[in-house]
Amino acid sequence: MTGSPLLEVEDLRIDLDDGSRRVAAAEGVSFRIDRGETFGLVGESGCGKSITALALIGLLRPPLSIGGGVIRFEGQEIQHLSAAGQRQLRGNRIAMIFQEPMTALNPVSPVGRQIAEMFVLHKGKSWREANQLAVEALASVRVPAPERRVKDYPHQLSGGMRQRVMIAIALACGPDLLIADEPTTALDVTVQAEIIELMRNLCAERGTAILMISHDLGLVANVCRRVAVMYAGRIVEERGSADIFRAPSHPYTQGLVDSLPRLGSRAAHGRSRLKEIAGVVPAITRFPDGCRFNPRCAQATDICRTTAPPMEELEAGGFVRCHHHA
Amino acid sequence: MKLRANLVIGGSLFALAILVGLLAPWLAHTDPVMDANLMNAEEPPSWTWWFGTDAQGRDIYSRVLYGARVSLTVGIVSQLINSVIGVALGLSAGYFGGWWDDVVNALTNLMLAIPSLIFALAIMAVLGPGLTSLLIALGLTNWSFTCRLARASALSLRSQGYVQAATVLGYGDARIMITQLLPNMLGPIVVIGTLGMGSAVLSEAALSFLGLGVRPPFPSWGSMLSEAREQITTAPWLSIFPGLAIFLTVLGLNLLGDGLRDILDPQSRSRRT
Repeated sequence: MTGSPLLEVEDLRIDLDDGSRRVAAAEGVSFRIDRGETFGLVGESGCGKSITALALIGLLRPPLSIGGGVIRFEGQEIQHLSAAGQRQLRGNRIAMIFQEPMTALNPVSPVGRQIAEMFVLHKGKSWREANQLAVEALASVRVPAPERRVKDYPHQLSGGMRQRVMIAIALACGPDLLIADEPTTALDVTVQAEIIELMRNLCAERGTAILMISHDLGLVANVCRRVAVMYAGRIVEERGSADIFRAPSHPYTQGLVDSLPRLGSRAAHGRSRLKEIAGVVPAITRFPDGCRFNPRCAQATDICRTTAPPMEELEAGGFVRCHHHA
Repeated sequence: MKLRANLVIGGSLFALAILVGLLAPWLAHTDPVMDANLMNAEEPPSWTWWFGTDAQGRDIYSRVLYGARVSLTVGIVSQLINSVIGVALGLSAGYFGGWWDDVVNALTNLMLAIPSLIFALAIMAVLGPGLTSLLIALGLTNWSFTCRLARASALSLRSQGYVQAATVLGYGDARIMITQLLPNMLGPIVVIGTLGMGSAVLSEAALSFLGLGVRPPFPSWGSMLSEAREQITTAPWLSIFPGLAIFLTVLGLNLLGDGLRDILDPQSRSRRT
């Protein structure tokens, strides 16, 4: 594709309507993902990263709704697409895998059938063909003895195996974009690494772009080429993942990077405590004026309390939203 | 492999009842309607008359065999109609919610408020007596429990991860309801269904008793019971055997439902193998 990005989000605003008033659960969210690119969205619980993902696939349900902005997929605006049109995209062009491999599979249906259903649903295959393809799909996520495993029910598989099945289902139709919402949070650390590696390799092979959503900056920076950090409904910093570690610019990102434990560093010698960010994330209904991070920020000055900082370009593809950025 | 006693006993009883109904012409000693002989009236059970005879001298054993046909047809067919209506309404109401849910709820409450037998009576009064009207009347009046159950299951299943995952994967509403929700609620629906079959057998008896079911002289367990009512002290075998038939059939259906629920739950299935 010539230059045009796969996914483009411009000034997306997500409203939370509690009946009496509307508040923005996320606003001014803009980013773009190129074909085959890996992009990470990082933030604490409730910062708006998961609802942003839901907005992308058209699955925001009341009380949440898209309040403004544009979502373009391959140059086509999709935020106002009909239900049928969105269904065409979901699973077929844009797939998603979830945090909970324990519950994301139908317990009464053999896993092979659940994979095969994707081929029947989106590719118009017959069940016979689809079952054959399901075995291949299961083999591609390196499940041993796939021709026997397709008959297994989800409860007969381990957590790691189930997440492999989820990946097989998500990638069955060769989507252009895979949204992974905390894909490994529920898994053991060793299994986590395997799953991430598998997901990355498969997507690289097929040219599938990944939007990875996580609270784990270390993990995301490892997997993704570019990372956006969200805080209280706004993207505060968007950088290449090497840059964000080397020179985090926003005070919040600095705090996140400092709070990562590192092998062989000061903390390992028992000299200094792991750093933390003081305070808590404000509630959606009580976002502070100005920069939303100002109550927790050591560098905050008067302007931070009154004026929301604009997005400023640091370098090519590197942006930060801070009045005092480093 | 552990033997499932409830499944085996329940299945056998139900299968026996069906077999008896199917093979009645070969198993019966006499014709249930025509072979009346007042010389043999009200004989107690003996080697000649296994279950005794009634006031017209007809063989109770043969009449019980033939009676299985009516009772089981009514039980199975009317409950199937009920289950289909109940699941269709309850599942869609629980899944979609909104105004459709309100409509279905109102309808269900209405059905629960009117005693189903009275409602069935009203339908029978319009349609006239006979087996077909019996099926329609009982099939339209007992879906409310199934509906409630299906709606409640759909409500709780709707928020399950795999149902949301199916939405994300581009499944349509109908596909989600059929492939994700329905199989996961089938267990309790089947259990309720078998219980419903039992109560349909009893309702058939009640309606036949009131002269709206299968007309005498053709036998059904219900009509036999009601005819036997007056002789219950002098000729108890008239009521004991049809009553026993109803009891065993309903018991069998309940045990069967229990056993089926265990089988339909894949987790207990794998514990077995």
